[in-house]
Amino acid sequence: MKVFRDTWLIFHRNLRLMLRSPLWVVLGVSQPVVFLLLFAPLLKPALASMGANSQAQAYRIYVPGMLVALALAGGLYAGFDLLRELAAGIVERARVTPVSRLALLLGRALRDVVVLIVQAAIIIVLSLLFGLTVSVPALLIGYGILALITLTSASFSYGVALKIKNPAVMGQLVNNVAQPLMLLSGTLLPIALAPLWLRDTANGNPFNWAVTGMRALFTGHPGDPSIWKAFAMLGALAVVTIAWSGRKFAKSVR
Amino acid sequence: MGIIEVKGLSKTYETRAKRKTTKVDAVAGVDLEVAEGEIFGFLGPNGAGKTSTLRMLATLIPPDAGEATIAGANLRTQQAKVREAIGYISQGGATTDDATAREELILQARMHGIGKAEAQRRTVAALEAFDLTEYADRQCKTYSGGQRRRVDIAMGIIHQPKIVFLDEPTTGLDPQSRAHMWDEVRRLRTEGMTVFLTTHYLEEADQLCDRVAIIDGGVIVAEGTPDALKREISGDIVTVGVGEDYTEKAAEVLKGQDYLSEVEIRDGGRLRLAVEAGETAVPRVMRTLDDAGIALATVEVHRPTLDDVFLTKTGRSLRES
Repeated sequence: MKVFRDTWLIFHRNLRLMLRSPLWVVLGVSQPVVFLLLFAPLLKPALASMGANSQAQAYRIYVPGMLVALALAGGLYAGFDLLRELAAGIVERARVTPVSRLALLLGRALRDVVVLIVQAAIIIVLSLLFGLTVSVPALLIGYGILALITLTSASFSYGVALKIKNPAVMGQLVNNVAQPLMLLSGTLLPIALAPLWLRDTANGNPFNWAVTGMRALFTGHPGDPSIWKAFAMLGALAVVTIAWSGRKFAKSVR
Repeated sequence: MGIIEVKGLSKTYETRAKRKTTKVDAVAGVDLEVAEGEIFGFLGPNGAGKTSTLRMLATLIPPDAGEATIAGANLRTQQAKVREAIGYISQGGATTDDATAREELILQARMHGIGKAEAQRRTVAALEAFDLTEYADRQCKTYSGGQRRRVDIAMGIIHQPKIVFLDEPTTGLDPQSRAHMWDEVRRLRTEGMTVFLTTHYLEEADQLCDRVAIIDGGVIVAEGTPDALKREISGDIVTVGVGEDYTEKAAEVLKGQDYLSEVEIRDGGRLRLAVEAGETAVPRVMRTLDDAGIALATVEVHRPTLDDVFLTKTGRSLRES
């Protein structure tokens, strides 16, 4: 089918370009690594109330949240690259061809998923060295959640980029969305530690469900209901976001 | 019937500043016909509506009003068919810094739905035709401006369209690159394509194009072959320089004379005179001014140019717009 063929075309092109400047992949993961090395060790006492008796257990609570933050933030910032391509006339050049507009979005978003997979692998390997343990099946399911998050956040970012077109304004918007979202999703610290009013908002937040689900996977509870709830909510959100963003690629871009 | 037929094409932009919304009629009812195989030039100052018209015809922005038929396909209802028949090369170009020319051409071909093998075959041919084979596997950021423009054109025609839209193809190019670009455009015509280009350079419209439409303020003010348009302004143009202080007086004195048809004050202390024949008019102008005690500093005679056509139709010079 045309959409699959075109998506592969765009995905392949964007992946190839990214491999030519791999610095971005490394830079994107530098902040989480710093947090992992300098912040996480301080968490043991903070997370003690949640049953973290050892460094490894503290990591098992912290790292899943951080991976969700990585997937979320990484996706939200993906739009800046599109702004650059918009200014360079590259999107327009695609739009005079019959290439699938959805492919223009999905090809890019899937590239962002690949980037996330590599970055998450770096974090996890480092965490393993610090005593984190996780089973391979749980890890793969976790990757599924992270992939959905990246697909959603990247698609959202691309849609915003097409609408706003201005990097400065986009920067403001992304920051104002990303920060509260991270805090409300319990990525830094579990939301269970938060006051009640904050906890109540979490139930409607798919990303909080993602964090809860990821924590369940990393602490060896693959049957926890939060996991399928996370998939369901994230799946629905991804579909809606992709549909919205895909339409933006079809309309005039300048 | 032309390969492009346009009727009443219009586009209005809304801009919001503070709390006021202003509407700008960028394109206000454009009628055009372009014959197959010709190089058609759309000439006008910046802001005249050239690029907006071009982008509407290239299916990039929707028209607010009007109809167009491009290579037999209706612009509004058969966009896919229109896109098959046209190539569009934007003003700034669209090459990717980190990609090679070969990769860009193959990508463009494949986005047009051309199969992998055929895309590679056409890419090799295009690289040859545009003299890019040697650089084909280096990244576009290492190319010169002229080379990148050649990649742009090659990308624009990789799917062998009938019509090529070029938006200001030589803006920002040095004279030598401009001459090369003109050769490329002529080569497109030799290969059977119809070229529709926009420009604000009157030499480009004059020397390169078979037919020209002059647009100003969103409407067409003149259309025809460059020669026919210039012939409409019969005679020569004589420009005399008398100094800022004397322009008014000189204009008064010359206005009554029977050997000229138009007197216009230009800036820099000059007067532009439309005369029947420059060689007989100049001595008479000199004598008239001499009799009035006005010193003649400079004299210039030229055949009418498209700038004079523009001046006649709009009251402004294209150069000064």
